[in-house]
Amino acid sequence: MGSRASSLLREEDIEEIKKETGFSHSQITRLYSRFHSLDKGENGALSREDFQRIPELAINPLGDRIINAFFPEGEDQVNFRGFMKTLARFRPVEDNEKNKGPPSGEPLNSRMNKLLFAFRLYDLDRDDKISRDELLQVLRMMVGVNISDEQLGSIADRTIQEADTNGDMCISFTEFTKVLEKVDVEQKMSIRFLH
Amino acid sequence: MSRVCVLRCETKSVLFQLPKQERLREKWLQFIFQRIPKGYNPRVVLCARHFTDDCFDNLGAFSAGYVKRLSLREGAIPTLFGPFSSTESQPWATLRIERGAKEKKHLLYKTNANGIIAKEPTSLEEELKEIRQNGCNRKLKGPTTIIGHTPTSSEYEMSDIFYFFRRGIESIVDDEVTKCFTAEELESWNLLTRSNYNFQHISTRLTVLWGLGVVIRYGFLLPLRLKCLLSEKVHLMCYRICVRALTAIIMYHHSENKPKNGGICVANHTSPIDVIILASDGCYAMVGQIHGGLMGIIQRSMVKACPHIWFERSEVKDRHLVAKRLSDHVKDKTKLPILIFPEGTCINNTSVMMFKKGSFEIGSTVYPVAIKYDPRFGEAFWNSSKFGMVNYLLRMMSSWAIVCSVWYLPPMTRQEGEDAVHFANRVKAAIARQGGLVDLLWDGGLKREKVKDTFKEEQQKLYSKILVGVHEDRSRS
Repeated sequence: MGSRASSLLREEDIEEIKKETGFSHSQITRLYSRFHSLDKGENGALSREDFQRIPELAINPLGDRIINAFFPEGEDQVNFRGFMKTLARFRPVEDNEKNKGPPSGEPLNSRMNKLLFAFRLYDLDRDDKISRDELLQVLRMMVGVNISDEQLGSIADRTIQEADTNGDMCISFTEFTKVLEKVDVEQKMSIRFLH
Repeated sequence: MSRVCVLRCETKSVLFQLPKQERLREKWLQFIFQRIPKGYNPRVVLCARHFTDDCFDNLGAFSAGYVKRLSLREGAIPTLFGPFSSTESQPWATLRIERGAKEKKHLLYKTNANGIIAKEPTSLEEELKEIRQNGCNRKLKGPTTIIGHTPTSSEYEMSDIFYFFRRGIESIVDDEVTKCFTAEELESWNLLTRSNYNFQHISTRLTVLWGLGVVIRYGFLLPLRLKCLLSEKVHLMCYRICVRALTAIIMYHHSENKPKNGGICVANHTSPIDVIILASDGCYAMVGQIHGGLMGIIQRSMVKACPHIWFERSEVKDRHLVAKRLSDHVKDKTKLPILIFPEGTCINNTSVMMFKKGSFEIGSTVYPVAIKYDPRFGEAFWNSSKFGMVNYLLRMMSSWAIVCSVWYLPPMTRQEGEDAVHFANRVKAAIARQGGLVDLLWDGGLKREKVKDTFKEEQQKLYSKILVGVHEDRSRS
């Protein structure tokens, strides 16, 4: 309990994060507190082990993929900026933002960006397509050993058949969006941050 | 159920009726209507959104899908997302810090009193059903229509991952376990630097006061306490002196339930001082591992005064040996009651973690004791992975005081047909309720070890059932 946060967050940093992510001042400070309590090595960045130490995350079937989503291509550490950017995608969509045109690019938590984030969970090799193998991998993670290979394979095939429109046996991002067009993505991929 | 939350919450959530008890009901009404209305529909319901996490008995198990019904604690009052938000009143030092922070635009770490996020207490099945009902209204493509494939029985939806994804992110932002192993953050500052991450030069007045506090604590209280500690040897007196050495102000409640000979006393564990506090009010036989260092010396000296049960590390692994020695001790009615901390490790006194069932298998009377420290005067939690024993004792002796309450609960015995785990949970719930602590299912061993894979497998099994169950419906139709 004794040691303070070794590198306190500066006011300029908070302002930048606020602009980038849309979190409020108090939310940012609280999340920094959380970031700091996860950072056991106290070096200002989180590694994969730091995430895996959270028991509720370790028992989540998709835990590893979720942790992966925080780390940019090929990197092993995520700093507070990166942490916040990832969390920002789970902010609820605010009404006034829904109709806003994109002068500075779309906000991180827009519907499309949420869908893109979910797409990336499947698409491990980042080739903008979900292949049958990638789908099978995610399915296998979610069901464990309880379903046989053949059954799982047929589930995967059926899913691709339903979604695929251009016949390449893969699901592109547009096809993905089309499949999920009726789903309330804004609500299901949002977390209610308090004040 | 066609009823909705009286505050018109859009998101579907578990609903609770008004409590029957008059005073509690009034508090709920006050929250909903901001007054006690003369006439109201007695069947209004509130959804779970309005309650903080600690208002629930089994939130952890419910969110993980192990139990079907979410239950509210007795006496729970809704506080969140009311018609109007309210501000809390805060004590002097905190106000001063906040004012100072605003003036100089310093950073201020908010406390985690109410949690960073509000978690949805819906289970896996409910959520998936919701997602699919929304998504299944899409059109099916012509050439790939499968015979017998109706919109409501689609097997796998790409949106199924949303549930797990969101839960995962929620647990990253706020999880029950990590919170237990870091010391509680205080809303108001008790003028000890170590309890506060905000210490910066806010105002001269505050610093001077703090400085004075330091002088008093290190200059007067500490040497006084060391002197007291070194000069006494007799058993009960010894403990009483220890208590005074730490300036512990202990309030014992329900002393009529004090443990008697031939029983087992179980208590929640926050620090080694628990032992001193309990032992100064009665004689106990201790059970534990032999430690090296300072603890070892203390243990060995205690054995000379009273028959305690100490184990070598190797013996601890042998559960049968342990159980046998314990039951032998208990059978002898003249021997002192055994003191056991079934959590197995120090928890930061906001919650009670899983009780190890070993002590509950022996089959004698169990006397539960709840210990709750008041964090305003000194943080008693011992984070053994961060500080050693001596460091910890030094901190204890140089804080203001240790204030705590000890409740002796009525004795409990294992009932017919109840297994040890069930009994342990019953005792744990009683202790948590008395001390106002959160009752958790998680194992205290998580402080040091990784979580078991069986929990993940349970989730996978549950999800597979949903998938396969739908598949079976299809093949039948």
